[in-house]
Amino acid sequence: MKASMTLSGLLVALIAVFVGTPALAMEGMPARFGQILVDQLEARDADDGTVAAWSANAWYGGDINKLYFATEGERLMDRGGETESLETRLAWSRAFAPYWDWQLGVRRDWQPDDPNRDWVSVGVMGVAPYFFETEANLFLGESGHSELRLEAEYELLFTQRLILTPEVEASLYGKEDRDLGIGQGLATVEAGLRLRYEIRREFAPYIGVHWEKKFGDTADFARDHGEDTSDTMLVAGIRVWY
Amino acid sequence: MTTSFSLPRRRFVQGLALGGTALGLGLTPTQLFARQGQTGAPELRGNQFQLNIGAADVNLTGRNRPATLVNGSLPAPTLRWREGETVTLRVTNHLPETTSIHWHGLLLPFQMDGVPGLSFDGIAPGETFTYQFPLRQSGTYWYHSHSGFQEQSGLYGGLIIDPAEADPHTVDRDYAVVLSDWSDQDPKRIYATLKKLSHYYNFSERTLFDTLRDFREKGVVRTLKDRHMWNRMRMSETDLADVTGYTYSFLVNGHTPAANWQARFEPGERIKLRFINASAMTIFDLRIPGLDMTVVAMDGQPVKPVRFHECRLGVAETLDVIVEPKDHRAYTLFAQTIDRSGYARGTLTPDPSLSAEVPELDPVPLLGHREMGMGAMDHGAMGHDSGAMKTMDHSRMNHGGMDHGDMNHGDMSGGMNHGSMNHQGMSHGTQDGMDHSAMGHTNHDTNAAVPFAVSADNPDLPARQSATEHADSEYGPGVDMRAMSPVPMLDDPGIGLRDRDWKVLTYADLEYAHGLPDSTQPEREIVLHLTGNMERYMWSFNGIPFADAEPLELYHNERVRLTLVNDTMMHHPIHLHGLWSDLELGDGRLLRKHTLLVKPGEKLSYLVRADALGRWAYHCHLLYHMEAGMFREVRVVPRHQHHTDEESRS
Repeated sequence: MKASMTLSGLLVALIAVFVGTPALAMEGMPARFGQILVDQLEARDADDGTVAAWSANAWYGGDINKLYFATEGERLMDRGGETESLETRLAWSRAFAPYWDWQLGVRRDWQPDDPNRDWVSVGVMGVAPYFFETEANLFLGESGHSELRLEAEYELLFTQRLILTPEVEASLYGKEDRDLGIGQGLATVEAGLRLRYEIRREFAPYIGVHWEKKFGDTADFARDHGEDTSDTMLVAGIRVWY
Repeated sequence: MTTSFSLPRRRFVQGLALGGTALGLGLTPTQLFARQGQTGAPELRGNQFQLNIGAADVNLTGRNRPATLVNGSLPAPTLRWREGETVTLRVTNHLPETTSIHWHGLLLPFQMDGVPGLSFDGIAPGETFTYQFPLRQSGTYWYHSHSGFQEQSGLYGGLIIDPAEADPHTVDRDYAVVLSDWSDQDPKRIYATLKKLSHYYNFSERTLFDTLRDFREKGVVRTLKDRHMWNRMRMSETDLADVTGYTYSFLVNGHTPAANWQARFEPGERIKLRFINASAMTIFDLRIPGLDMTVVAMDGQPVKPVRFHECRLGVAETLDVIVEPKDHRAYTLFAQTIDRSGYARGTLTPDPSLSAEVPELDPVPLLGHREMGMGAMDHGAMGHDSGAMKTMDHSRMNHGGMDHGDMNHGDMSGGMNHGSMNHQGMSHGTQDGMDHSAMGHTNHDTNAAVPFAVSADNPDLPARQSATEHADSEYGPGVDMRAMSPVPMLDDPGIGLRDRDWKVLTYADLEYAHGLPDSTQPEREIVLHLTGNMERYMWSFNGIPFADAEPLELYHNERVRLTLVNDTMMHHPIHLHGLWSDLELGDGRLLRKHTLLVKPGEKLSYLVRADALGRWAYHCHLLYHMEAGMFREVRVVPRHQHHTDEESRS
């Protein structure tokens, strides 16, 4: 825990140096921009009730250096409401190629009952050929834990405003984490298919399907707890940004 | 001048000043603050002017929105001067921010050029700056703010300098036609939006249904091959304009198409129309259905008359034409945007009750190989079928103009599908991939004696083997593409205008009216590549944005060739302040201009006589490209200063 606090401090200092170094625009005004994107804010019709899920990120900075924040989580809406998972990530994002940024950051998983987990993250994100929005992150946690997470997303235009977004995400772990019911190797794969209508570019309601499946030891842990290893859910939500 | 008074008082002063000015123009305050349906900018003549820059609301779309105005009008008043006189302009700033006026295309002392940071400090709130300079030229020009985004919000106006001697083209009527783009959105917001989502305003993206139609019409294999390149490069075939009709209304003298600006004529008269593209971002394709035009000047400078029917006018360019309508009928001035997302419209009519049909917008043209800098020979234009290219010899390409080292840098190059390029130019194996003499451009290619400017201190001036060789600074996150075979395109009407069955004016058709304005022999050549990253909305020269760039030094009175290579998918109107840009048309012919519209994939060069000492701006005249960094300072320094520097270094 202490180590991660130190790391967070270091990261903030790094960000301050790099994001703070102004790439001066025409009249000496630093060109800074920021965006908040709530990519998914949705209700999922899951086996054990309605789940609210979100995935959002925000950035602030110049063309090359940005401060990047991301959060995702799920919250059970029935039985009085209970946050099932919450993850936050703060990173320094730096452009290194026309379509690619690398990211260096810290992540915290906030567990309702179990111990929180802190991680250091190293990753790349960007646009791969064929317009695949791609993200790959390696997370290194305490006690030798590690996770490799790969994500890809695509936008298929039916019209200028009606857009189908398939996406897929896979998590692999380097070491078993019994407390959290995670086994070594490929642990989970999630896939989604969402159809949104952009009333404005910034505001788009959507409907879709979300599918999750656990693999390997992770699936065994789930079965031991009497949980399903896969779930297919209908979702409805909105995508907004500013 | 004090700037310390409180904001409410300043607002009061501002209102008073605007009100006073408006009364002077015969406008009531109501007209001032709600200009819907009002006729064009007033014309002010003379050599002494008081200009008041202030904020006011305008209503162009049904909503009152804040604008930046001169003397309360949008566009700003058209100023009419006479060559040989000295003009004095007192410009008072009633805005809460710094302002400026740049006299676009004028030769003047650099301190009068109106670029904050280079010419002067700008005009602070509440202050008055006095511009004074002699008029050494005649023709159609314009003026606009060079501060922030004030140009987008209304601070632009026409500038006409009557010749000291009789005009060779006598006309019965003479109209300034100021074309512009207006958005109800705050321009700062537009810029921020482009930084967040650069294709935000593009509502002509290719959809699944377009692909299915292409499958039907072109076949699945051909369609996939065509799309493969774009998809691998992560670029859009419809990226013709960054800001579009989605947010813009396109204006003629401050009138929306619905408000329909009118110009009167009597059949049989000769009418001069002075088109001024005062847009922030919009390139227009101009025509008057039913009427041919004869060009007599471009960028204020006289040209040998040429008859034409349509012309693409880049941002900041001006074009003087003469029309002679014979019939008693109305004609539509039709200026559709390059991306076909909207149009500006006015009417030329003998009777205010008449109007003419407004043409349909053309379909959105798709960018092709030519725009990608893959040479002028795309299969669409040349009629090659896709089978021919399979015979292409890759090893020969390696030894020709193409550098495979470049190609492995991941972006554009990674995306090249050699099998689908169908690109004859490459097998020619010349440095630029094309035989320039075949294009009618013998002049600068045979002039091998001109050395490239090289500077160890300035990364803009690296040693190069050819003008089309890319500098190291072009390999970075700010550059998404490098043209492999940029070619001269002066005689190319440009994307969307190539299949016209009428005459489309090109630079190659034009020539300075009075022979050669200056020498065709440069002492040295400076090469700049126009670069950018559409996805990140970064724009630069040579991959280096203004913030990181050194000034380009020219030596007083030297004749220098500037060669531009457009490595982007977009058109860029490039403007050099204070000095003429003599475009090399080939065969020793020159076209004297102040702004050059460089097509995607194009290579062109022009000669500059550095005959005005001082600090000059040099930039892309697309406002948001300039703001993003497609800008350089050009410093004209005395020759001895240069020599002293070199001596002290050695």
